[in-house]
Amino acid sequence: MPTKIEKDALTGRETTGHEWDGLKELNTPLPKWWLWVFYATIAFSVLWVILYPALPFRGATGLTGWVAREAVVPVMEAERARQEPMLARLRAAGPAGIAADPELRAFALAGGRIAFANNCAGCHGAGGQGAPGGFPNLADDDWIWGGDLEAIRHTIAHGIRAGESAEERISMMPRFLADGMLTAAQVNDVAEHVLSLSGRATDRAAAERGAALYAENCASCHGARGEGNREVGAPRLNDRIWLYGGDKAAVVRSIGSPRMGVMPAWEGRLDPAVVNMLAVYVHALGGGE
Amino acid sequence: MSRIEPPARVKPAAETAGAPAPLYASRQKVYPKAVSGRVRRAKWAILALCLGLYYLLPWIRWDRGPDAPNQAVLVDMQHARLFFFWIEIWPQEVYYLTGLLVLGAIGLFAATSLFGRVWCGFACPQTVWTDLFLWVERRIQGDRNARMRLDQQPWSGEWLRRKAATHAAWLLIAAATGGAWIMYFNDAPTVARELLTLQASGTVWFFFGLFTFTTYLLAGWAREQVCTYMCPWPRFQAAMLDENSLVVSYRAWRGEPRGKAKAAGVGDCVDCRACVHVCPTGIDIRDGQQLECIGCGLCIDACDDIMRRLGREKGLVAFETLANIAASEAATAGRAPGPERLARGMAARRAPRFLRPRTIVYAGVLALVSAVMLGSFLLRETVGLAVQRDRAPLFVELSDGGIRNAYTLKLSNRTRGTPAFAVALDGPAGLRLVVQDAETDAGGRPVLTTRPDGITQWRALVTAPPGLGLSDSTPIAFRLLDARGRAVESARSVFLGPKP
Repeated sequence: MPTKIEKDALTGRETTGHEWDGLKELNTPLPKWWLWVFYATIAFSVLWVILYPALPFRGATGLTGWVAREAVVPVMEAERARQEPMLARLRAAGPAGIAADPELRAFALAGGRIAFANNCAGCHGAGGQGAPGGFPNLADDDWIWGGDLEAIRHTIAHGIRAGESAEERISMMPRFLADGMLTAAQVNDVAEHVLSLSGRATDRAAAERGAALYAENCASCHGARGEGNREVGAPRLNDRIWLYGGDKAAVVRSIGSPRMGVMPAWEGRLDPAVVNMLAVYVHALGGGE
Repeated sequence: MSRIEPPARVKPAAETAGAPAPLYASRQKVYPKAVSGRVRRAKWAILALCLGLYYLLPWIRWDRGPDAPNQAVLVDMQHARLFFFWIEIWPQEVYYLTGLLVLGAIGLFAATSLFGRVWCGFACPQTVWTDLFLWVERRIQGDRNARMRLDQQPWSGEWLRRKAATHAAWLLIAAATGGAWIMYFNDAPTVARELLTLQASGTVWFFFGLFTFTTYLLAGWAREQVCTYMCPWPRFQAAMLDENSLVVSYRAWRGEPRGKAKAAGVGDCVDCRACVHVCPTGIDIRDGQQLECIGCGLCIDACDDIMRRLGREKGLVAFETLANIAASEAATAGRAPGPERLARGMAARRAPRFLRPRTIVYAGVLALVSAVMLGSFLLRETVGLAVQRDRAPLFVELSDGGIRNAYTLKLSNRTRGTPAFAVALDGPAGLRLVVQDAETDAGGRPVLTTRPDGITQWRALVTAPPGLGLSDSTPIAFRLLDARGRAVESARSVFLGPKP
């Protein structure tokens, strides 16, 4: 732009030399104090980059070697040390002992709530309501591997079919259709029989045909009347709760090619005190036995 | 001795020479002169009462039992309680404070419509502390003329000594003010000891410093500027005033024309400027009603003293209604100054009308708000029940087809005792209520225990057996029953289920 800095006749001040359609702008420089503060911030930022990790490159740690993560370590350690007496009591008491002591129970419910949100809610939902596709609801009264405090603790600590613990919960259901143990028609009949256990069969004749097949193939684990068996984690079949869905197609699929859910073992991942707290918390969700 | 007079106060003179008046005028320092009289005595009495209350109230003890603070007036931020003698307010009852503020505002309006700016002139903290600081200043630097002389002379040992002594005394008072403020929020003896041994917490030091600094600044330096420029009240208090309000007024019909005491044909005002010299805001009351006048009435004392010395009747400046001023004005129009004019003017006055629609409305609102507050306070429950429904999951389907909802019950107990309450469920027959960790009474109802002055939290499970035929949302309520089976509190919620 052609610039012509001149003195404005009216105000006696210099213009910036810019002109737009005859309009000229007075030159109003920044206040000196502002300018110097601005320069100071630039100098400060340069110093900052030299001294502190400010650049997004690996190794750009700054001369001081300061690391945010290290700064938080002593805080966390102090906090852990503060909690340690309580955690020791929680470890020693076990779920039953915690439930019997109002102070420990209050602590466990509060701590279990946080631990549940951090570790369990991803699959089991924020309130333990579960999710479709094999993530069981923990707030209802149906338990596959047992719902008393110790059973819950054991399941949390050792996991299910994850191969992470010698004491894990493990069982297998045969793939009756996929492995050719039953024909599709037989699977259909068994499915009708299974539905009849909770009074929902649509084809009475098929259900009766399936009774013999059920007694032969299923009753050893799921019980003669579908009452289930917690020893082997065989779910109850005569109630209204279905892990993989309770309509006929879902039941047929579960017989034909069952899915067996996996839960990691939390022992080793979490402090035993936390496992105990989780057991107490899950037990208190509403379905504990 | 040459007469020392501060420059006349600058009032914008827009009419001069057509140039726009400057928007900024630097402060002309005011040197109020000491004065004595009825109004001054009343002001001293109110000052002593207000300051005495402010400084001593936190030190009054009040026994509330072993687990509660024994300070009569205490805002306990940490435990979220407000203690006032036998009253204890919880945060959720903050509407009592709102009510007090409403009462304060309406009371201020009522007082203003009756007696003008009595709040500003007598009871406002800005006035009270400025008065106190002025008294200190007068004790150390002398009265008006001495102070003006001190300010105009070059720096000297005496100047330094007097100024330093004044500011030291001010700071001491300011520190006592800030210290007393802290005591309304902390145990007074404890925090006083902590402050004196320099062991108080950072928060305490911050607020101590803040209130010390603002007291010193506002009462020592800013003074009448707070009233004139900072305070919103002078801007709209005129809306509460009318011609029947008693306000500080100059009886111009009696005083004008001004002149020397012995001159002939002049009014009672001898133009001695005594009223101006004592004014804490540095104005001339003879100019009439003005924003800067705080209605303190010191000019009345000053003028009465002059009138007494001249052997004239008091009351040239007085608490007077504008209606009376107008009536006297009309009665004496065209009359020559003299005792006859004075008698006619005074005879034309009427007793001030205190019962006016405006004051009746204010009194009515005051009575109404007081009654509502008192009623709600006397009827307030000492126990509260709040119910939160679990949102995750909304409801749980049970293996037999039943439905269960979970609720968190929060039982707040505002007494120092530990009463227990049975909880009953209002809703469709068949719903079963179980409260985790709660004992049950003879009738099978869960019994909730309480903590003294605290909240207990319970998890309640409500189960609908299969076949109850509920809709997807059923209103229910939890009722608290005391030992005699009387319902003391209830809280509503809903019971959710799948769509039928």
